[in-house]
Amino acid sequence: MTNLFPTIVSRAQSSNIMNIFVPIIAIILTLITGSIIFSLMGFNALFALHTFFISPISTTYGISELLVKATPLALIATGLAFCFKNNIYNIGAEGQLTMGAIFGGGIGIFFHDTNSFWLLPLMIIGGAIGGSLWAMIPALLKNKFNTNEILTSLMLVYVALLILDFLVVGPWRDPDGYSFPKTRPFSDSGRMPLLFDGLRIHIGLIITLILIIISWFVFAKTIFGFQLKVSGFSPIAARYAGFNQKILIYLAFGICGAFAGIAGLAEVSGPIGLIYRDISPNYGFTAIIVAFLGRLHPLGIIFASLVIALTYLGAEDAQLFMQIPAAVGFLFQGLVLFYLLGADFLVKYKFEFKKSK
Amino acid sequence: MNESFVEFNNITKKFPRVIANKNVSFNINKSTVHALLGENGAGKSTLVKVLYGLLKPEEGYINFNNDILKINSPSEARKNGIGMVFQHFSLFESLTVRDNLILGIEENISYSKLQQQLEDISSKYNLPLDLEAPITSLSAGEKQRVEIVRILLQDPQLLIMDEPTSVLTPQEVESLFITLKALVKEGRTILYITHKLEEVISLCNEVTIMRNGEVIDSCSTENQTAKGLATKMLGQKLEELKTDYSHIKDFINFKAKKISCTFNDPFFTDLKNISFEVKEGEIFGIAGVAGNGQSELMDILIGENCSIDSGEIIFKKNNIESFNPQQRRDLSIAFVPENRLGHSAVPELTLSENILLSQFPNNNFTNHGILNKNFIEDYANEVINNFNVVTPGSDAKASSLSGGNLQKFVIGREISSNPKLLIISHPTWGIDAGAEYSIRQSLINLAKNGTSIIVLSQDIDELIEITHRLAVIYNGSLSDSFITKEIDITKLGLLMGGKK
Repeated sequence: MTNLFPTIVSRAQSSNIMNIFVPIIAIILTLITGSIIFSLMGFNALFALHTFFISPISTTYGISELLVKATPLALIATGLAFCFKNNIYNIGAEGQLTMGAIFGGGIGIFFHDTNSFWLLPLMIIGGAIGGSLWAMIPALLKNKFNTNEILTSLMLVYVALLILDFLVVGPWRDPDGYSFPKTRPFSDSGRMPLLFDGLRIHIGLIITLILIIISWFVFAKTIFGFQLKVSGFSPIAARYAGFNQKILIYLAFGICGAFAGIAGLAEVSGPIGLIYRDISPNYGFTAIIVAFLGRLHPLGIIFASLVIALTYLGAEDAQLFMQIPAAVGFLFQGLVLFYLLGADFLVKYKFEFKKSK
Repeated sequence: MNESFVEFNNITKKFPRVIANKNVSFNINKSTVHALLGENGAGKSTLVKVLYGLLKPEEGYINFNNDILKINSPSEARKNGIGMVFQHFSLFESLTVRDNLILGIEENISYSKLQQQLEDISSKYNLPLDLEAPITSLSAGEKQRVEIVRILLQDPQLLIMDEPTSVLTPQEVESLFITLKALVKEGRTILYITHKLEEVISLCNEVTIMRNGEVIDSCSTENQTAKGLATKMLGQKLEELKTDYSHIKDFINFKAKKISCTFNDPFFTDLKNISFEVKEGEIFGIAGVAGNGQSELMDILIGENCSIDSGEIIFKKNNIESFNPQQRRDLSIAFVPENRLGHSAVPELTLSENILLSQFPNNNFTNHGILNKNFIEDYANEVINNFNVVTPGSDAKASSLSGGNLQKFVIGREISSNPKLLIISHPTWGIDAGAEYSIRQSLINLAKNGTSIIVLSQDIDELIEITHRLAVIYNGSLSDSFITKEIDITKLGLLMGGKK
């Protein structure tokens, strides 16, 4: 006779190959589940999947749009990797992104009638500082009072969004904007230069790639990257090694905030060109999925950011051509994360049906 | 009155590398406090776990109340009338005493009946409780009272107490003893696990002494002296010693001066005025039963805990008590804490990466923060070769190594830095005999080259084999030190049992 409920047993040796394939398995399972859902909704599953995942990137413009969406996701996810490797669960990248947009964009608004080569670099630095200062709050609270960073960083997202709201309807509102809640447009030199005429991909893509390469170097080749990893795996071993964990927490938050802040600034000074209420379609939250789907590895994050960016585009197309609600995009993001965590668990553990005595 | 209540019959319990219980047989008489005395690792806990249904023995059986005891789990044990109070409490900290007691009850009884029972138990056995108080606000002694009341609600005939006084103040110990005596008077039986000789003599009626998984003696405590018990507990351990004292220099390398540290936590032992000195080339041993302040002292010696109340740590004329581990390593001090997985090594990382956990000034592992991978790999391979670590290579994960191999690797990593001082806790804990021999030998060789070594261990044989001098830690105080060659084993046992 077997027990009704299986026991969960740790696998002695988890397979390294499986670890790499987990994201791919998660994506395949997501597609299968997705087609079942589409069928149940009464659509031709193959046609729906095609609309969702193939047609958005079948044109040059589509690919450019994919990159426009993937850029902030990849940049924020790389920043998050600094935190997650250290077992710090910074959930507040969305707020740090918003603060980056406010600080960097604020500089752009202040110099809205200036045209200088130095304006954009100054805005980028402003964005990095804004995001990083915002991230310092949960870091400080964690170090001083041992607060849970998941809660504090998440709550600060809403504070940041309200500050943004206040600014665009209040002091920063465009005087020539017919009372719309948006700011003045930045001057041309405060905009991210476009890479190709007629496409929206901009220099932010290059900045992101450079930052990702630097991050890879830091993770793989420096003692700082090693310290993050050790203190993530085992804080006790990190203490034994004499690593200063408080400083590691500040640095991880600071870097993540800076990356998210740059991503926020790149959004407002890139495709948008001014600040208004909805600058980010939850990039800061979605990047959490990207970071884990990419295994916290810079290369994996690039790959994952493209996959997840596609769900944004696919959702738009599906809404347009098939009248499927755009929320299906979030459904796919959720499914990916669900299968990823599930597959991860099964690589480490197995179910056993034990015979009862 | 000599009616046998529990009979252990040839209990044998084997674990992968050790036999924890070897043909254990003895009887516990009804209405007695029966002490189970022994060093750590003597097999006491294993035996008790067998009795409480947590482990199944390979051979043998237990007679309980004239019946063969057949149980598979603690809840079945409780149904049979066996209750156990563990050393670590299992209470819900945020709930009140009453809620915790209600949660422990397995059958449905009415609230008022419960109230009545609680009052009865409280007054009968000297166990006053404030039912409305949340557990967090209670002292360790009060929490233990809640545990005892919770067990008594189920009316057990046999009560197992696992080192109950280790977290109590002397006053609390006294009141616990009154309770236990009241329980026995009423016809209940108590199995009392301890390593404290004083308690055996003052509280218990019978005692069974275990050593290396076997019963050494089982007798009444009448006519027993602490001295006699100590000798039985430790055995005759002094054989001929070949310890070489000739290379020790008079220069004092390391000094701990009156270190005191209070923790305000019942699960930590406060350290009181700990002083000792170690000469160049000397191996200094700190003996003692686990939980007497060893890990607290180790943290302070490593620098993981730099907030001592008072005292000094002096290494080669530098005051280092405020140095963190890395600053101490910069002075060529190496450490091996007791726990390998997750403390001195990270199981998820490769051996090469684990090398990086302790960087010494002459390692050159990093250059302006950038890792020097070739150096690290070479060092890892050197450690693997010189210390005969069995592993496929330096890129194997630490978790894939056996305990003994990982310990050889960790000790090799520290020794290869040519430290001036090595501080090591339980060097051969939980590893096989071959690795044990090679680790002890490498420590002896290191000392011959002029390194001072401090060894904390529960393993008396080990300390006697390798140390030059040793002292005993008991309840946070360190005894005077003795030349190992001249030590009197009875005296050692008395010190470990808390008798001067």
